[in-house]
Amino acid sequence: METKKKIQPIEDRAESFFSGIIDDIPPERLSSLIVIGIKTRGEYLGKRLVERISERTGKDVTFGTIDITLYRDDFENRKNWPRLRRTSIPNDVQGKNIILVDDVLYTGRTVRAAINSIMDYGRPASVKLAVLVDRGGRELPVQPDYAGISIETLDDEMVNVYLEEVDGREEIEITRKNGV
Amino acid sequence: MGVLIKNGRVIDPSQSLDMVSDIYVQGDRVKEISKRIDTPRKSDTVIDASGQVVAPGLVDIHVHLREPGYEHKETIKTGCLAAAAGGFTSIVCMPNTNPINDNASVTEYILLKARTEGVVNVFPIGAITKGEKGEELADIGEMCEAGCVAISDDGMPVTDSGLMRKAMEYVRPFGIPVITHAEDIGLSAGGVMNEGFVSTELGLRGIPAASEEVGVVRDIILCELTGTPLHICHVSTKGSVRLVRAAKKRGAKVTAEATPHHFTLTDKEVYGYKTDSKMNPPLRTQEDVDAILEGIADGTIDVIATDHAPHSQDEKNVEFDLAPFGIVGLETALSLSLELVEKGIITLDEMIKKLTVVPSEIVGIERGTLAPGSIADLVVFDPGMSRTINPEEFFSKSRNTPFSGWELKGVVSNTIVSGKVVFSSN
Amino acid sequence: MAFDKKHILGLGELSAEEIKIILDTAESMKEISTRDVKKVPTLKGRTVVNLFFEPSTRTRSSFEIAEKRLSADVLNFSASQSSVVKGESLVDTARNFEAMGASIMVIRHGMSGAPFVLAREITASVINAGDGSHEHPSQALIDIFTIREKKGRIEGLNVLIVGDILNSRVARSNIFGLRKLGANVRIVGPATIVPEYFSEMGAEIFYSLEHAIENVDVVIMLRVQSERKTLEYFPSLREYSGLYGLTREKLRLAKKDVIVMHPGPINRGVELTSEIADDPDAVILEQVANGIAVRMAMIYLVALGESL
Repeated sequence: METKKKIQPIEDRAESFFSGIIDDIPPERLSSLIVIGIKTRGEYLGKRLVERISERTGKDVTFGTIDITLYRDDFENRKNWPRLRRTSIPNDVQGKNIILVDDVLYTGRTVRAAINSIMDYGRPASVKLAVLVDRGGRELPVQPDYAGISIETLDDEMVNVYLEEVDGREEIEITRKNGV
Repeated sequence: MGVLIKNGRVIDPSQSLDMVSDIYVQGDRVKEISKRIDTPRKSDTVIDASGQVVAPGLVDIHVHLREPGYEHKETIKTGCLAAAAGGFTSIVCMPNTNPINDNASVTEYILLKARTEGVVNVFPIGAITKGEKGEELADIGEMCEAGCVAISDDGMPVTDSGLMRKAMEYVRPFGIPVITHAEDIGLSAGGVMNEGFVSTELGLRGIPAASEEVGVVRDIILCELTGTPLHICHVSTKGSVRLVRAAKKRGAKVTAEATPHHFTLTDKEVYGYKTDSKMNPPLRTQEDVDAILEGIADGTIDVIATDHAPHSQDEKNVEFDLAPFGIVGLETALSLSLELVEKGIITLDEMIKKLTVVPSEIVGIERGTLAPGSIADLVVFDPGMSRTINPEEFFSKSRNTPFSGWELKGVVSNTIVSGKVVFSSN
Repeated sequence: MAFDKKHILGLGELSAEEIKIILDTAESMKEISTRDVKKVPTLKGRTVVNLFFEPSTRTRSSFEIAEKRLSADVLNFSASQSSVVKGESLVDTARNFEAMGASIMVIRHGMSGAPFVLAREITASVINAGDGSHEHPSQALIDIFTIREKKGRIEGLNVLIVGDILNSRVARSNIFGLRKLGANVRIVGPATIVPEYFSEMGAEIFYSLEHAIENVDVVIMLRVQSERKTLEYFPSLREYSGLYGLTREKLRLAKKDVIVMHPGPINRGVELTSEIADDPDAVILEQVANGIAVRMAMIYLVALGESL
């Protein structure tokens, strides 16, 4: 048995999520800002954020993507690891202000891996975390600086974000495997 | 004390016999073959051979017993047990032991061991040259007197053609044949498998077919020059079959053998660097296998022999280049030969002939027949019963076979040597 | 499709899809070497052994750097300082390292098929770093990776391999890999070391370098390996280099944008003139740099498949 709940449309939520982030950036920091999207969907949300910043401020912000596979902490589960994709972070994170973007924040392990990965490129001045959905259930002391939606979920629920660029639709879907 | 074998299909090519009948063995001799024999005495062993074949005990003229010197691979005792389990009652053993069987004392040692520990008949082959070094003649006359039935430097061809000629001339008056492992060492130097597409892919050094054929040509020419009977071991190539066929047509005193692995497998077996597929001569191509089958069918190949060459697992479980040549064969030969009958290459009668009377004639031993009064060496086997080859069940000390896991027909139920049951499947 | 091989023993054993996965993974790995900290924690706590039964500083160093960039603990074993001298068997040597916790073994061996023996007998993953005259998969993957980087594709390219094809494991691996990915492979050299059987592997055979080089996109020069007794197959190095040495004039017969590769180390003046070795068309040093990324990909992928 599977039960599904959908939250849609998400455009409005996403837009206010982006605005909230941009409102929070002091204009003098724009030049030292790097937006880094965590693959796969964080990459597209990150790209949208960069576009909005450019629309609102007229400034082009540096953008990078990160694949955290090589930093995962579940080696024993490696059979299910996804295919490795390219990480592309500009090599001058030293002293920069970074906004890390992902679609869903759950255990915090992906963010831990992403932060470790960024540190291997240099020592940024700050790292902030922006997630479209915070579904709770943290296993590590990681909290988002910006969250589009915060929802309560159960452990046996899956939260998926679908984006136009990857999935051809825009919605948040909550699936419960053993739904009663 | 006697043995009465009832209701078997008795096939004895030496008497052109093939009929369901009873056969009675008294003491160490065949007493009688007839439609119905009733048990004459209470102490007799009775074997019900209904649905089975009763034939002269099989004779293998190409076996390596490894004793003396390499008892970790095989001993005369275990080799004889393996032979009995495979239906062989006589085995002819090659001289490449340590020390080499190049003098009468080694021959006597082997025969003594065989008499005391072996359950089948063992007939030794003496070396052609001292230490199989190809330099000077071994004590051929003395070995012959001690009981050697042939001479051969198997595994180490005599490279000096002049010396080979002398050996053949010298041995002629003794009335025993020269058995040759035909190979031109220069052509096969460093080779570990058949030279061809597979060796090219695997990056292994090849032994070209030409290496065997050059050897065969030379030895046939020397045979025709000296008039000494020549037996060619383990023919493996199409060219060798053609050469032997032509020589026989000319009337040369040449005989030839093929092994079950050479008429069954190709060099594709080596893929994966399986050392149980490494032997010399190597497994060749399908074209060669087809030519050997043709030679078996038309009589160019006189004999089926195993080239039973036991090696321990430690010796085989190494880099392909380092593994010794050879595989065991005594416990799989009958089943693989029956495949020839199944495929219609030869009849069951012809198969038995190539495993009994013909090899006996080549090395001049009085075996391979069930004629009344002859020594009672017999095999009883079920040609239709299936079995799965499991090397763990081998009586041989070694397990180096490429046929592990094969489903084959032909199960030996009883092997009788000189009137005594030496192997029984129950 | 995922990469689910426990071992990488040769390109003959891999499908086109599996080869592509290694190349794609290598692309991701290449980025790591551009970072400040050239290391990822992926194989932290894993032990990799480099079993070198044949000396090779280059290949061993390249594997060792690759292993360290993935944070593996690295053990090096070379035959000269080894128990091989004491007569220990290959399998026993490997089992010893397995008992020490090694989960991946990179093996270089002078005899064809040695990695297959290990793969059969031990539970660790095995990577072939060159076996006899059989295969040298990492070198061929580097060549193919470099060609793909330079030309943007493999399919349809004309690739010429020059030299001792018979005894070359680099040639075999390249023929397997390039053919699987759709390149046209030509081979050229003296008839004694370019056996006809290679045509059954899909290579087109030539004996004249001038003819063979016409219209090719890539030239791979094999090393004349005097230690492998190449020399018994032709009269002299002078004659060989006259017939099969690559010169400016001969290279002019190839496509304009031809690239020249060499697995190294180069015998200058034998396989290549110095002017070609140092030419910008020659990608010999790039091959070395790509080597680390390709080997990281190989180790990473077998580490993922190692539990299989």
